[in-house]
Amino acid sequence: MNVITLTVNGFPRTLLVDPHEMLLQTLRERLQLTGTKRGCDHATCGSCTVLMDGMPVLSCITPVMRCEGKSILTVEGVAQYGKLHPVQEQLVRHGAIQCGFCTPGIVMTAIAFLEENPDPSEEKIRKALSGNLCRCTGYSKIVEAVQAAAREMSR
Amino acid sequence: MSGPIGKRVPYIDAVQKVTGQAKYTADFHFANMLHVKFLRSPHAHARIREIDISEASRYPGVQAIAIGEELPTPFGVLPTSPDETAMAVGKVRYIGEIVSAVAAETERAAREAVDRIRVDYEPLRPFLTPEAALESCAPEEQIHSHGKGGTNIHKVAALRFHEPEKALAQTAHVCTSRFQFAGVSHGFTEPHATVAIWHPDQTLTVISATQVPHYLHRNLSRVLHVPMHRIQVKKPAVGGGFGGKSDPLPHEIVTAYLAMKTHRPVKCELTREEAFLTSHGRHPTDMTLSIGCNDEGVIEALDADIVIDGGAYGSYGVVTSYYNGVLLQGPYRIDRFGFRTRRTYTNKPPCGAMRGHGAVNPRYAVEVALDILAHKLKIDPCEFRCRNLLPADSLTVGQLRITSNGLRDCLDAVRTRSGWDQRHGKLPYGRGLGVACSFFISGSALPIIWNRYPQTVVHAKLDFDGRVVLFSGASDIGQGSDTVLVQIAAEVLGISMDRVQLEAADTRITPVDLGSYSSRVTFMVGNATKSAAEKLRDQIAKAVAAEKNLDARQLRFADGRIRTPGGELDLGWDEAVEMALAGRGSFIESGYYISPKLGGDFKGAGAGLSPAYSFGAFISEVEVNPNTGEVAVVKVWGAHDCGKALNPLAVEGQIEGSIHMGLGQAVYEEIRFWNGQMVNANFLDYRIPTSLDTPPMDVKIIESNDSEGPFGAKEVGEGAIHPVLPSIANAIYDAVGIRMYRLPITPDRVLAALRSKS
Repeated sequence: MNVITLTVNGFPRTLLVDPHEMLLQTLRERLQLTGTKRGCDHATCGSCTVLMDGMPVLSCITPVMRCEGKSILTVEGVAQYGKLHPVQEQLVRHGAIQCGFCTPGIVMTAIAFLEENPDPSEEKIRKALSGNLCRCTGYSKIVEAVQAAAREMSR
Repeated sequence: MSGPIGKRVPYIDAVQKVTGQAKYTADFHFANMLHVKFLRSPHAHARIREIDISEASRYPGVQAIAIGEELPTPFGVLPTSPDETAMAVGKVRYIGEIVSAVAAETERAAREAVDRIRVDYEPLRPFLTPEAALESCAPEEQIHSHGKGGTNIHKVAALRFHEPEKALAQTAHVCTSRFQFAGVSHGFTEPHATVAIWHPDQTLTVISATQVPHYLHRNLSRVLHVPMHRIQVKKPAVGGGFGGKSDPLPHEIVTAYLAMKTHRPVKCELTREEAFLTSHGRHPTDMTLSIGCNDEGVIEALDADIVIDGGAYGSYGVVTSYYNGVLLQGPYRIDRFGFRTRRTYTNKPPCGAMRGHGAVNPRYAVEVALDILAHKLKIDPCEFRCRNLLPADSLTVGQLRITSNGLRDCLDAVRTRSGWDQRHGKLPYGRGLGVACSFFISGSALPIIWNRYPQTVVHAKLDFDGRVVLFSGASDIGQGSDTVLVQIAAEVLGISMDRVQLEAADTRITPVDLGSYSSRVTFMVGNATKSAAEKLRDQIAKAVAAEKNLDARQLRFADGRIRTPGGELDLGWDEAVEMALAGRGSFIESGYYISPKLGGDFKGAGAGLSPAYSFGAFISEVEVNPNTGEVAVVKVWGAHDCGKALNPLAVEGQIEGSIHMGLGQAVYEEIRFWNGQMVNANFLDYRIPTSLDTPPMDVKIIESNDSEGPFGAKEVGEGAIHPVLPSIANAIYDAVGIRMYRLPITPDRVLAALRSKS
């Protein structure tokens, strides 16, 4: 077992971890942050997306030993005191959430994307989300929601 | 409607889901919990000579190991074909079948122990194709000893009305074609998971990612020999199903068994590969279809011979076999009609129910064949379909009762919105438009397990706090059933949705419901909810009327108030509740739904019966690259008659999701095997459409207001997928003049068809 220090949702943590453990396991099993989902364990579905120092990473293939000193944001850390992030609010309002299993990954991808692209085209949004598989919605309402969030954030 | 019905209401669980608080099965953690891993068969067909668990049981952390002989009772979702055991007993029938299971302190220890189980197999002749399975073989070679007539045929389903073969021999224009469809998978994002707890009072709690807690409840009882009243099945948030979580599944039963064996909570999370092996995808299908019409384009007869590849076990296969045929007798009037479906056992993972159950592939064949006939007769394909529509309030040849039918409006809508009349047949080479129609059941009128109970019961409880709590066994798997039930009760009672709360899908608390499949929930559970809420409303009205000396029939419930039209009374909800509870306290009213008696009295008459049918017409636009063979779906227009959109946001979501899934099966998706081994059981090699592959969609809801649906509603979750696939194929014909007889429509098949055309 190794000792590692990282910040999760703004709070510094020092943890004992398995050297070959992935960040997804650390979050779900050691910290009980189960909002981050395990959809495939092979970097193919995007459900486990979290932000590392503001950049989206797939936590299922990110060795936790590579997270020393990093700042991790998971879906649980996005809304503050019950106030939803515009991305979350618009996903809800547009009916862009059905089963909701892909949703945490979509939230994280979209937040990072909008930070870099405050006024994106539909095409750019579709490209940004192309690593996040959704089987329920056909993506239409997700794309609309991200567009609406962009408008709201630039106001 | 003054309340939430018909409004664009966000799902009631959406905030929980978007903040990561919603709990799915794998998110449950209990103290002292063990983890399960499975040993799966490396052989397609083999006898098990011996299983040696001695080394595995010594591995540190192992608490229990189970093998097939411990759970020999066969089970299955249909009472007619309980042909599967929780783990293989005596022999294995597909690569990936569970042979043994280990419960250990950690997942890793369980996996290490699984690797140390030794099994001695005697390989048997594998049957890997339906062609091989149709032939007779030696009894000891059969996959199951009950294969029909010394073959590996599981089921033959057939119906014939008015000698279609004679009509086809005489009719002016006949299209006969063979169509072949690859197997496809549901591809939900949440892999299956189960957590089981065996309590000191000898009761069992099973939390599972299931669409049908009820069938799991029954089959756990059957296999584990625990009476049903000692079993609680709870469905938490479920990450999609589409049919792939609608059977009771082996891993659920084995996990529960290991909890009983160890007296500790046990958790099982399947890998993505295991989810592909477990989910019982759509049957690979090989069918020959003949449709004939007269010079005016009026359909005279239809005959179909269908072989479906069932895999190793029965699953829903008997129903699938019938649905392949019976759901061809609409949405057009076809008086001379027949089909035969043969379902084969093969040494591959079982196939079962998937969105649009049984009818998606044959619908493709019919709609392509109609397009061929329309072009041959030089009749516009939309017009051709219009000449053949079943009327509202009619019976099909097999006595399916059609009530409301908005198909003509659907066709008109997509025809206008896509610019069909100006653009079909007139676009430049490589670009094309295609149309297709469909219909689908709003729940099966007959239950799978024959009984005298209603199809569903809903309780509505009123208490001093002014809140109404609904108790329903309905299973929200992402389609939004929890939301629609709350909407319905709020509408009836004239209160806001936050006053109505729901306890759902817990077999200890909620009345039995048959589950989320066959597109039944809005229609059946919606009707039961409406009835329960109406009875509750009538009780309140009676109490208020007595106290205020009014006629209860005058009272109107809206905006959280109870009023008379003349204004004599204007009472707040809480005051009315106090009156209703005075002298009696909290009470419960129950509503139920039973389908009316429907159908003929011939064998097979029950298949496809439903109290109402949805209808739809879709048009797709494609771009075909004649150099590479790639097909890009540019846009899809979909119009679906769901009777009444109780929540248009949710209805659109179902239609848009259906377009995604239909598009996937049409051009990308195929489960591939090599010597019986599934070789693409992951999302890199089994490619479902991404946000870049899924085109813009234009969705139009048509409301035919069904006389028996709740507020006029019918289904939308499954019927909307049917027309997507053939509309794409017909658009490809309009684009480059080729007919696609095999799915998926891959670039190499497009290029081959283009070559053989020139």
